[in-house]
Amino acid sequence: MINIILGILSTIGALSILFASIGLIRMPDFYLRLSVTVKASTLGVGLFLICAAIMFPDDISVTTKAIAILFFLIITAPVAAHMIARTAYITGTPLWRETVIDELHGMYNQETHELKSDPEEAAEENEQDPNMPNGQIADSDEKTE
Amino acid sequence: MIKYFLMNLLLSFIWVALTGSLSYSNFIFGLLLGFFVLWIMSRNEYDQRYFYRVPKIISFLLYFIWEMIKANLQVAYDVMTPKYFFRPGVVLFPLSAKTDLEINVLSTFISLTPGTLILDVSEDKKALYIHVMYLNDPETFVNSLKMGVERRLMEVLR
Repeated sequence: MINIILGILSTIGALSILFASIGLIRMPDFYLRLSVTVKASTLGVGLFLICAAIMFPDDISVTTKAIAILFFLIITAPVAAHMIARTAYITGTPLWRETVIDELHGMYNQETHELKSDPEEAAEENEQDPNMPNGQIADSDEKTE
Repeated sequence: MIKYFLMNLLLSFIWVALTGSLSYSNFIFGLLLGFFVLWIMSRNEYDQRYFYRVPKIISFLLYFIWEMIKANLQVAYDVMTPKYFFRPGVVLFPLSAKTDLEINVLSTFISLTPGTLILDVSEDKKALYIHVMYLNDPETFVNSLKMGVERRLMEVLR
């Protein structure tokens, strides 16, 4: 019985990591790549850790370590993703050309990188860049490669 | 609230000590037993928040796991099929969460749901900027997020 549960959980974990790595190659732009990788790898590693905890039910130290790793993984992974995505946006990494809308464009103060929450207030402060009317959405596929 | 939680822990430790086997299933059983005992003992007490909040936290976690599995399947399907179905976009999400803790927990949960990724929090803590993978209409997306994750989270945290 336990073997079946272990098999199912670790298969799902391995598949989600596999899809994440395929997605890393196939996704059209940086943000989508980041988006796919962070979650799927968290889920996959988390499932493996749960498997390890189920595998050794008598050994408390394995379970506590698994729970601690899972806890820190869940806390730190989104923070890392947030920092990487923010840096990418500020340094001007283009979005995919079929991106529907970019509400973040023009909201940063150009010099201090202070972020506004009200679009009108931000528009007063920064004049829109005439070279990029669509925000950071790329014109062609070449830019995002 | 914290008093009840500590009493619950104490009861489960007593249960573990009495039964004499320190395994996780036994500890969790002790927690459940302690919760039940405390619930019966404090039916006439004024402060009942602990007993409402614990089931809500558990149901929130189950809801979150369910959402995560659903969204992961969708992304996996998209990765494997040759055609792209994404309509990505960056959306402004007006926050009703006020304190740092609430914003932190909310953004962690949004980032861990596949298909959505926090880009940044505005300086005055009034808006989140979210990168969404499947965006049909920004307003419906913001509304569904408000009614789903944020409402449930506020119920737990407040």
